[in-house]
Amino acid sequence: MADKNIIDKVWKFFTSVKLAVALFAVIALSSIIGTVVEQNSQPEKNIKLFTKMFGAAYAQTAYKTAASLGLTDMYHSWWFTGILICFAANLTICSIDKLPHIRRIVNEPVKPIETKDFDKYGIKKELAIDGNIETAKPAALEALKKPGMHPIEAAAGSPASKDIQLYAHSGRYSRYAVYVIHFSIIIILIGSVIGVTLGFSGYLTLPEGETSAVAYTQEGAEHSLGFSIRCDNFAVSFYGTSDMPKDYSSWLSVIENGKTVLKKTIGVNYPLKYKGYTFYQSGYGVVPKNNSKSLIILNITPKGGKSEQISLAVGETFKIPGANSSGKVIAFSPALAFDKNDRPYSYTENMNNPAIYVEFTAEDKVRHSGWIAKRYPQTWAMPDGSKVELVHNWGYQYTGLQVRKDPGVWVVYAGCIFITIGLYSAFFLSHKKIWVLLQPEKSKVIIKIAAFTNKNKTGYEGVINSVFNRLTHVTAQGQRR
Amino acid sequence: MSSPILFGIAEVGYFMAMMVYIGYFIFKNEAVGVTATAVASAAFLSQSAALIFRWVESYGMGIGRAPLTNLYESLIFFVWCLMLGYLIIEFKYHNRTFGAFVTPLAGLALGFIDLTGISKEIEPLVPALQSNWLLAHVTMSFIAYAAFGLAFATGMLYLVLSTEKRNESSYIFWTVAGSVFFIVLAAMGADFLTFKAAGTSQQQFIKGYLFKATFRSDSGPTVWLSFAGALAIIIAAWRYGYVLKRMLMTFGLSLEFLEELNYKIIAVGFPIFTLGGLIFGAIWADQAWGVYWSWDPKETWSLISWLVYAFYLHARYLRGWRGNKIAVLSSIGFITVIFTYLGVNIFLSGLHSYGEA
Ligand code: HEM
Repeated sequence: MADKNIIDKVWKFFTSVKLAVALFAVIALSSIIGTVVEQNSQPEKNIKLFTKMFGAAYAQTAYKTAASLGLTDMYHSWWFTGILICFAANLTICSIDKLPHIRRIVNEPVKPIETKDFDKYGIKKELAIDGNIETAKPAALEALKKPGMHPIEAAAGSPASKDIQLYAHSGRYSRYAVYVIHFSIIIILIGSVIGVTLGFSGYLTLPEGETSAVAYTQEGAEHSLGFSIRCDNFAVSFYGTSDMPKDYSSWLSVIENGKTVLKKTIGVNYPLKYKGYTFYQSGYGVVPKNNSKSLIILNITPKGGKSEQISLAVGETFKIPGANSSGKVIAFSPALAFDKNDRPYSYTENMNNPAIYVEFTAEDKVRHSGWIAKRYPQTWAMPDGSKVELVHNWGYQYTGLQVRKDPGVWVVYAGCIFITIGLYSAFFLSHKKIWVLLQPEKSKVIIKIAAFTNKNKTGYEGVINSVFNRLTHVTAQGQRR
Repeated sequence: MSSPILFGIAEVGYFMAMMVYIGYFIFKNEAVGVTATAVASAAFLSQSAALIFRWVESYGMGIGRAPLTNLYESLIFFVWCLMLGYLIIEFKYHNRTFGAFVTPLAGLALGFIDLTGISKEIEPLVPALQSNWLLAHVTMSFIAYAAFGLAFATGMLYLVLSTEKRNESSYIFWTVAGSVFFIVLAAMGADFLTFKAAGTSQQQFIKGYLFKATFRSDSGPTVWLSFAGALAIIIAAWRYGYVLKRMLMTFGLSLEFLEELNYKIIAVGFPIFTLGGLIFGAIWADQAWGVYWSWDPKETWSLISWLVYAFYLHARYLRGWRGNKIAVLSSIGFITVIFTYLGVNIFLSGLHSYGEA
């Protein structure tokens, strides 16, 4: 029995809206800490921060305290998780506790009310129209059908009098909307738990031409994919001749059992999906030097001749077809620029303006040499009238991929759809009830209206006013004619 | 006509509207009121035209996208939504009193743009930002922010009207919050007059110019004077705040009306913020970065704002949480929104590109 008491008490504790409001505040306030203290970063950064905040003398102690409280990876700390679990429990138990009550309200049929009770409602109105009950009833029914009221029942009142009572209700299922919202949040939380426990989140850097069967976790551990992925090519395009990237793309192949099963070009916002894994274009970079596989791809058009594409490595020589001259690629620069003294240098490690330095030899003599840049077509024209275009430098860059597997994401999205529906219904729909009493009196009919709504009382009042005021207007005009 | 000229007209128009609304507020002359509405509406139309022109211009430049992607454009859009919402309320409820509370918010946002010298160029986008989800996310977030701004104005108005005892915490809250707003506006105005052409980037501006004419001046006495002045303003607001109440009383605004309006506006803003601000933002992040939620500071602060409004909605169900407390909550909500939007860029760092360049 004592056990039952404790369970009851715990249950009761978690049904309270007070707890909900307290948890909103606790989650909001504690989240702030995590936006100030840098999350999952090198200790130096936070020590610097603490030095600014508390002075150098206390920075180390402050950092150690913060780290031991989990503040440096706060959103995954045991206590933050604990708060979220309390929150989920609060939400679930509170909703379960209130549902039977709401079900009763939703399923309760509307019944006629006592004549004397017409004054007791929050929305009430009284008016008189000319005519008798036979003309007034269809007019009132018509008015009730106007937007927003949808009468579903109409019946006579007490048999003793000649009074007629019409009544209707609408939107009663909107009472569930709040529970749709609350359960959607539980669904979203479940989805995120599925993602964290069964999913994978990591990265893979893949130089052009390389293949990998694994991705890496944030900590650097290998994670087997169950298939292989190869980067066939990578390219960045820029806005004009600026260094602002417009788009970057990787040409990827999925290889299973030695066979290429899928080829796709991915870009930012356009990932590759395969067997539950998604590969996002997240970055790029330059492969460390001495990559034997790196190739320069040139498109050579001799004067008056046909163009031809060749690939070669730095240090190698190519022939200009039809002519007896040859070119040797001496050097490569990822981002060519010239300094004040016209000396060439690379202004960044990225492939912003790739260029090669070529020396042309004819009859064993160096005839001409110069830089050929991918971005600037004017550098492609050679003095002898031929054209050497730098098409691509292959194998110099790697593509940076985010690799993610999240079986919970669809649960999260489903929760998002439900919460949207729930929010719309909770705020823009309401449960309405209306009673209309028709009392014949000499050549007039007195109409008494009582109404109730659980939301937006003024709005409903306005609709009732406009609809029934029109009624007096219409019949009055009809009489005059 | 080009968009910068029209934006200029709108900007001057809003500042003038602010003056005239305040004039109406003080003199209660109907003709002044009509003028205020006319000036605000004209400025709004000019701004609408400017937004359309800017959109068309971006196509002319071969970039082609809605004018909603950088700090400058989003602030402009915020002001547009705010004024649209305000004008709707003014016409629907035939009440101009809010004008004197809303136009300063518009002025604050526009002043911030000019003062910070945020780049007004139509700039091409880095790849991660070329997404329709992002566009929907930003548009809806700003509609929601504007709604929260309006709720803030009604909340403050509620507090002005419902309190007058100087030891009442709600009274202290509104006088202090109101005067801090005024002080920031005035200090930014002083920066603007002193430095005019400010820094090139926002970061640089914040470090270089913000409050340099006052609180962060190089001259010690100016700093002292500024703080003393600010303190004097706060104390004066606290001491004489009730005068504002006397002035407002004659407009015949009922507290019930303000409370309901405050709730209604939040009831529109909250679902839009949930869908546009949090859900669309998460979908975009999922597509661009591969994680729908990463607890970066901007995301976290959006969540904090959202929780404050959830707090507001639920507090209405608790006994004792009526009137003043609710109005204070709606004001705090908007303060967190401002922080989410500007503070995070200025004080904290994150993945989000807004305002980083
Ligand atoms: C972030 C999480 C939550 C969200 C977004 C949320 C959302 C909402 C919304 C939008 C309403 C309707 C408010 C209105 O119409 O003004 C509502 C009502 C309510 N919520 Fe929540 N809620 C959350 C968490 C909770 C929790 C943890 C509890 C637990 C006690 C709770 C209890 C209630 C109750 C009792 C109502 C009133 C229901 C009624 O009108 O019958 N909510 N909630």
